[in-house]
Amino acid sequence: MSFPYSEKVMEYFSHPKNVGEIEDADAVATEGSPACGDMVKLYLKINPETKSIEDIKFKSYGCASNIATASIITELSKNKTIEEAKKLTWKKASETLGGLPPAKVHCAVLAVDALRTAIENYEHKMGLLKEKKSTDTNIIEKRLKRVINPLTGLEVLKVNFVKKIDLDDGIITITVNLDSDHPFANNIREEIVERLEPLWDIKKVYVIFNDENERH
Amino acid sequence: MEKRNVYLDNNATTRTDERVVEHMNHYHLNDYAVASSQFSHTPGIKAKDGIEKARQIIAEKISALNNEIVFTSGSAESNNLALKGIALANRAAKRNRIVVSKIEHFSVLDSAKRLGKEGYDIAFVDVDGEGFIDIDHLKNLVNDETLLVSIIHGNHEIGTVQDLHSISEIVHKKGAYFHTDATYSFLQIPVDVKKYGIDLMTVSSDKIHGPKGVGALYVSEDVIIEKITDGGFQEFNLRGGTENVSGIAGFGKACEIFSEEDVERIKYLRNDLYEQFKSGLKGVQLNGSSDFSRRIPNNLNLSFDYIEGESVVLHLDMRGISVITGSACFSRALQASHILLAMGFSHERAHGSIRFSPSKYTLKEDIDYTVHHVKEVVTKLRKLSPLVEQQ
Repeated sequence: MSFPYSEKVMEYFSHPKNVGEIEDADAVATEGSPACGDMVKLYLKINPETKSIEDIKFKSYGCASNIATASIITELSKNKTIEEAKKLTWKKASETLGGLPPAKVHCAVLAVDALRTAIENYEHKMGLLKEKKSTDTNIIEKRLKRVINPLTGLEVLKVNFVKKIDLDDGIITITVNLDSDHPFANNIREEIVERLEPLWDIKKVYVIFNDENERH
Repeated sequence: MEKRNVYLDNNATTRTDERVVEHMNHYHLNDYAVASSQFSHTPGIKAKDGIEKARQIIAEKISALNNEIVFTSGSAESNNLALKGIALANRAAKRNRIVVSKIEHFSVLDSAKRLGKEGYDIAFVDVDGEGFIDIDHLKNLVNDETLLVSIIHGNHEIGTVQDLHSISEIVHKKGAYFHTDATYSFLQIPVDVKKYGIDLMTVSSDKIHGPKGVGALYVSEDVIIEKITDGGFQEFNLRGGTENVSGIAGFGKACEIFSEEDVERIKYLRNDLYEQFKSGLKGVQLNGSSDFSRRIPNNLNLSFDYIEGESVVLHLDMRGISVITGSACFSRALQASHILLAMGFSHERAHGSIRFSPSKYTLKEDIDYTVHHVKEVVTKLRKLSPLVEQQ
């Protein structure tokens, strides 16, 4: 019987490792969106002295390869320094799993992206950046690039989902075209905050929905 | 719980009934000649008799005449023949519009799109949140230039059954032809083609425990179509090629065996499955008609919040349960179900949709086994899901 997934993928899918959340995580990142059918969220605990990833956990919404790649990424990066972890590639993840069907390679890319974003967030937070650029609208847009509108499955910046971006003295206010009672409103808010708040010169991020006027 | 094999993908295809196989074998081993006219050898005439008997059974089931049933290789071919056959026969006509719904099977959608490339003006009718044709939209689209309207009877994915009678009235008021793809509802929802005013209707054998690779197109006596498969005078000169005698005979037998009691039992099992999910799990949404009397009896389509369908399907497969999902991850094209999206659902709802489709071979134990495992799998995947707020 020809099954699209390797035995290893099925094994990780059935018994994923490092599932869950870390409450006092030093870095968090989400990539993908429920609209695309693929979403990974990583939580990292990093030793401030050694810069080593001491603990890493994941949550995943998606297909078997999504769950398996997220799981393998946590194993491959655990106890590595952030510099070592940054070098981890989707190819390495895929190889370790005995290969992925071509249509599912993007799952590995997603998991690696999440790891890199989490490390980048950590570097912002800890002042580890080599070059400190002041946040401007360009940087905000770049960071929001991969946030997906849950209604359409399209990038939020491309479909007038983000109505307004305000930046004032380290405070960002993003106005989005979504009602606050949408089932994924909280996820979207969380994702936007998660992507912008780690920026080194940002103090606070607000997300305002259609039916809201004030900052929450 | 002891492992079982539970096949709940009967909207896709069904197990062939043993009596059908036995009947077909007669035409494999004994009357296996090419079916031929009465002026031929005896084996050929016997084979022809097998076909004609099946034709009569199917015609009677839908209140058609024998010579209005054209055998094909299945629904896809029947749908192609209906749309392209009408288009070819009416090239000279001024009518240039073909109207189909947004929730058709790909064999209708892609045939329509092909005709669009040939110069026809193709219009797509909207459906509502339960998958019912937007009648006002249909009335707007069907005009004096409309040649053909094709609307699926019972939808294969969400089970919603359209009101053929009122649709055909709208279509005929403008002098257009009406085709319906009744593949998934055939015999489960009785249709009288004359009373409903249907010009062409697609039916298939493998959804009712007949063999695969056989179907038929009902073509009303009053409608002229042109054949799309050249190469012989078979099937009233509407389909060239040696007839699939055993398949056709098996199709007839499957129709003969089909029973109302089975339908009632399947309805009971389907409803039981739904009730158990509704009371046993949170975040379960019904896709398709909420009025179960306007739903194919062997169809239940549900979305489970916060989780993705392919993972559900794989986990259930490991537990011996066969179902499918409308999730993009599951499809070859990596696209979420066009049917669920046409109903206005979000991508997440499409990704989380699972179709459960029992048959006469499904047991109450199979239903209970399925409920037990679906609950376990959904709970397991929700624990993994970043979309579920931490308790």
